[in-house]
Amino acid sequence: MRPFAYVKPVDVETAVLAAAKPGAKFLGGGTNLVDLMREGIERPDTVVDVTGLPFDTVDELPGGGLRIGAMVRNSALAADPRVRARYPVLSQALLCGASGQLRNMATVGGNLLQRTRCPYFYDTAAACNKREPGSGCDALDGFNRGCAILGVSESCIATHPSDMCVALAALDAVVEVRGADGTRRIPLTDFHRLPGDTPEIETTLAPGDLVTAVELPPVAAGSRYRKVRDRASYAFALVSVAAALRVSDGIVTEVRLALGGVAPKPWRAREAERLLVGGPADEASFRRAAEAELAAATLRPDNAFKVALAASTVVATLRMLSTEGASR
Amino acid sequence: MSIDYVKPEQATGTTRYVGQAVDRVDGTAKTSGQARFAAEFPYPDLAHAALVHATIARGRITAIDTAAARVVHGVVDVLTHENAPAMKPAPKMSMLNLGSIASSSSVNYLATDEVHWNGQPVAVVVAETVETARYAASLVAPTYQELPAAVDFATEKHNAVPEKKGNPLLEGGADKGDATAALAAAPVSVDLEFSTPQYNHNAIEPHATTAVWDGDHLTLHDSTQNIGWVRKHLAQRFGVPEKSIRILSPFVGGGFGGKGRAWPGTLLAVLAARATGRAVRLALTREGVYHTVGGRTPSTQRVALGADAQGRLTAIVHTSVSRIARVGGLPEPVTTATHHLYAVPNIHLSHEVVELDLLTNTFMRAPGEAIGTFALESAIDELAWELGMDPIELRLRNEPERDPVSGKSFTQRMLREAYARGAERFGWRDRDPRPGVMRDGRWLVGMGVATAFRGSIHMPVHVTVRLGADGKLVVRCALHEIGMGTATAQAQIAADEMGVPLESVRVEYGDSELPRGVGAIGSAQTASAAASVLAACAKLRKAVLALAPPGSPLRGRRIEELEARDGGLHHRDGGQTYTEILTAAGRDHLEVEHKPTMLGFLARTVRDSRRWVKATTGAQFCEVRVDPDTGEVRVSRWLGVFDLGTVINARTAASQLRGGIVMGIGMALSEQTLIDHRTGRIMNPSLAEYHVPVHADIPHIDIDYLNEPDPTMPLGLHGIGEVSITGAAAAVANAVRHATGKRVRDLPITLDKLL
Repeated sequence: MRPFAYVKPVDVETAVLAAAKPGAKFLGGGTNLVDLMREGIERPDTVVDVTGLPFDTVDELPGGGLRIGAMVRNSALAADPRVRARYPVLSQALLCGASGQLRNMATVGGNLLQRTRCPYFYDTAAACNKREPGSGCDALDGFNRGCAILGVSESCIATHPSDMCVALAALDAVVEVRGADGTRRIPLTDFHRLPGDTPEIETTLAPGDLVTAVELPPVAAGSRYRKVRDRASYAFALVSVAAALRVSDGIVTEVRLALGGVAPKPWRAREAERLLVGGPADEASFRRAAEAELAAATLRPDNAFKVALAASTVVATLRMLSTEGASR
Repeated sequence: MSIDYVKPEQATGTTRYVGQAVDRVDGTAKTSGQARFAAEFPYPDLAHAALVHATIARGRITAIDTAAARVVHGVVDVLTHENAPAMKPAPKMSMLNLGSIASSSSVNYLATDEVHWNGQPVAVVVAETVETARYAASLVAPTYQELPAAVDFATEKHNAVPEKKGNPLLEGGADKGDATAALAAAPVSVDLEFSTPQYNHNAIEPHATTAVWDGDHLTLHDSTQNIGWVRKHLAQRFGVPEKSIRILSPFVGGGFGGKGRAWPGTLLAVLAARATGRAVRLALTREGVYHTVGGRTPSTQRVALGADAQGRLTAIVHTSVSRIARVGGLPEPVTTATHHLYAVPNIHLSHEVVELDLLTNTFMRAPGEAIGTFALESAIDELAWELGMDPIELRLRNEPERDPVSGKSFTQRMLREAYARGAERFGWRDRDPRPGVMRDGRWLVGMGVATAFRGSIHMPVHVTVRLGADGKLVVRCALHEIGMGTATAQAQIAADEMGVPLESVRVEYGDSELPRGVGAIGSAQTASAAASVLAACAKLRKAVLALAPPGSPLRGRRIEELEARDGGLHHRDGGQTYTEILTAAGRDHLEVEHKPTMLGFLARTVRDSRRWVKATTGAQFCEVRVDPDTGEVRVSRWLGVFDLGTVINARTAASQLRGGIVMGIGMALSEQTLIDHRTGRIMNPSLAEYHVPVHADIPHIDIDYLNEPDPTMPLGLHGIGEVSITGAAAAVANAVRHATGKRVRDLPITLDKLL
C-alpha cells in the first residue's frame, strides 16, 4: 500500500479542515476505502479517520422521523427497533449488503460514498474513465453483465453498488453535510450524480465536505427491499427494489419505488410512481409502471436481461406489499 | 438386493476404529492456531517477496524501470529478467520424469523478456515487510511490445485440433461400433451442445512459500499437495541434488488440484532467496493466485444419444473441445466417465484442444469427469424426457454388466443399489414427473438426479512403522494433510492393525525427509498409504512374534493364529503385550519399513488394468426451488449415495463428500472465471466477484454410502476426494429442467438464463 498520513480528529471542525486539503480522504469503517487503497485505485496522501466523531447515535426527530448519525455502523442501524418497525425497507436493505463482519465495520456515511464494483474500475490495468479520466471504458465491450442500464453515458456504465442507498432514495432521506461554509442538507436523490462526461465526480460534495447525518421523514406506507443476485448472500445486486406502498380499496394511494443495480446512482422510479398512484393495485398496473420506467434503458449484450428482471422484481415486490397490506 | 441402512457417521465395521466417526487427530492444533501453514514459519532474517504481473497477454518486455521501487525504504532487491540468476529451463513433459509433470509451464521466469499470459510474473520485489514489498511492486514499470494473442476460447475453439498428445494420467477418445449410423437410425434421440466456463480453485489458504538456502541446501515450506514432484522439479530447476532439498508442508489449507504442481510463486520464492541470501516468504494475494495458478479449462461438448422406444441406448457420441496454454497444460479428459457409464453397442468419444495465450490449465477436482458428467448426465436426462421415462429407470435399464468400451470387469459396481437406496431416502416417488408443476408457495420445485463416476488409482508408497517398548506406534510417510484428515485415517488403520488405542498412534507426514509418499492428487493418497501401512504392520507383527521370549504363550505360534488387540498379540490360550515382549527382549523399539518397488508396482498395475476397471460411483439427488419472477435458483435438498468401498472415517469422509457437492453446486449455479476477450485478463480475481457458494446457498447435504469393500483394494477402500463433484452440476441442471421446463446447457445456470 502507498504510504499515507493518518489523522484522527476529535471534533468536526478539525476534520473538515484536514480533509479540505488536496489528496485527503475521510475514513469511516474502511470496508471500501482500504480495499481500494490496497488495489492502488484510491491513493490518498492523508486519511482522516472520522470514527472518533460523535455521530454514532440514532435519534428521534419531531414529527416521527429519525436522524441517523453518519458513524452509525450498518449492523447497529439494521438492528435498531425503530428502524425495523418504521422503515423495514432500510433494515432489510442493510442486511442484504456485504457480510456480517463488513456490516459491523461499515458506517452510514461511508456507505453513501461506496464506489462501483465494475471489474474494469477495479483493475488498474484496464481503461476506466471513472478511475483514470479520459482513458476510455473497457466495460462497454467487455464484461458488462453487472453494469447499468439507466442514466448511463458513453463514458461510463458503472452501477452504484449500495443497497442502503436504494432504500434511502425510496424513503426521501436527506443527507446532512458539514462543509467549510457550514451545514447543508441534500436530498439523497440529489446526492449522487449521473456520470455524463465526468464519471469520476460521483456526488455533489465539495472537497472537505463531511457527511454528518441522514434524516428520514416519517413514512406511513408498508415497505420492503428485494435484492436479486447471483448467490444467496455476499454478492452485489443484479437488480434490487426498495418499495413502499399504501393501498385503499384496491387503489394505490401512496407508492415509493427505487431501483438498485441498474443505474450509476440509486434510481428513484418517479415515472413508475406517477403511473401507479390513483390506479389499481394489480399485477398489470405494476408491470406497466415498471416497464414505463425502464423504457429509456440503454442496453449492452450482457446486461439486456436487467430490463425483464427489474420489471419482474418490481412487480413481485409490489405484489407482496399489496397482499401484506390486504391481510393487515 | 437388500442392504442394511447404516447411518454413515456412526459405527459401521467390526474393527475398532476403521469406519468410525473419529475426531481429527489434528483438530485441536488447527482450531487453536497451533498448526503451522507455509507462510507461518518464522526465520530471524526473513524477507518478504511480492510479484509484479504482466498486463499484456503476449509480447516482449522492452524496458523495465525499477528505480522507483528500489528507493523505497526497506526494499532489499528487485529481480527482473535483467538481473535475476538463471534457473534451468523447465524439463520437457514426460511420464518418466515426475519433476516434469510438476512443471506448471514452460516459461523460464525472469530468464526471458517474453510474456506469455496476462498476469505472468515479470519481476519480484524482496523487502523487509510484506507491505513494503507489495507497494514497491506496484512501482515497477515494465514497457512492452505487444504481439497478437489468441485469448478468447469462444472464438478460438473453432481452431481446435484433435488431441494427440493425450493426458498421460487419464484416458482419452474411443470408438466402438458405428455410433454415427446408429444415431441416425435410432427411433429416439437427442443431440445437444453444452458449454462450461473456466473455473478456478479457491483454497482458503492462498499459495505461500517460505524458502531458506543454506549453501546448496534448501529448506522449503510450501503450500503443496505434492511434495515429491515439487522437490524433483526444484532440484532440476536449481541444479542441486534432490536430497539437498527438504520440503516441510505439515498443513496445507486446501488444494483441490491447484497445489499439485510447481507454480511460479514457489519457484520465484526459491529464486529470490537464492539471489538475496535471505530467507524469503512469498504469500500470494488472492489475485496473485488467479494470475499464477491455472484453473479448469472451459469446454464445449456435444452429446448425442440414440435409443430404442424402450429406452435402451443404441449410440453415444460425446466430443469435447477444451483448451491448454501455448506454454503448457494438460488436455482435460472430458469424456472419461462416458467410457464406463452406459451399456451401448456404438460409442464415439473424442477430444479437440486449442492452445491459447493464457496461463496453463491444471488439475481441478475430478479433471474430466466433473465437466464431462455435466454434459453426459444432462443429455441422459433430456433423453428421459424424450422417452417419457423416469430418468432413474432409464439409467438402470442401461446399466452395464461389463465395461462398455473395453469389455473388462468392474471390480465393484453398485450403482443400482445406490439409486434404489437414494430414491427411497430422497422420496423420489413423491416427484410429480411433469415439469413446472411442483410448487412450494410461489417457488417452482424440481427434482433431478445424475450419476457420479470417478476412476480409482493408487501408487506405491514407502512407510516405516515404529513400535516402542511403551506400546506407542509411529507411522512415518511423506503424506499430505490438505484438509481431508490424512493422519487421522492412517492412524485409525494402524491402530486396528496393531490392536492399540488410537491415542497410542502418531502419524508423521508432510516432510520430504520421511519415506516417500504420494501426492494428494487423483483421489489416490489414502488407498496408496493404506496398502503400505497394512503391509508394514503385518511385518511388524511378525517381528514382534519373533521376539517372544521363552515361556511366552506366543512362543511357537504361527502369526495367522494370533490376533492383535489390547496392545499386544493374543492367542486364545493367552498372549502378551508389546511392552512385555519388547522389554523382555531388551528392545527399546522395533521398526519395520515397507518399500514397494516401482517396477513391481507397475507390473501389478498393468496386470490389474488388463482385467478390471476400478471406480467409485454414486447417485446424486438434488431438489431446487426456482423463483418464477426472478429466475433465482436455490438448492433446497441434496442427497448423495456413493459406492466407495470401505469408508475409513465416517466423519471426515462425509465432510469431504459434502465439499465436492458444494463445489459442484458452485459449478452449476454461480462460479465462472471471467477472462476478457480482448486482453486475456481475469476480471474477477477475488472472492467477492468469483462466486463460490456461501453458506446461505447450501442446504443440509445428506450423505449416504454403501460401505461394501472392494475386494481388490487395500482394506477394500477407494479414494473419495473427487467423486462427489461429478454428476453434481447435472443433478442441479436436471432439477432446474424439472422445475421450469427449461434445459440450460451452458454453465453456470445464472438467473438470466431462466428469465
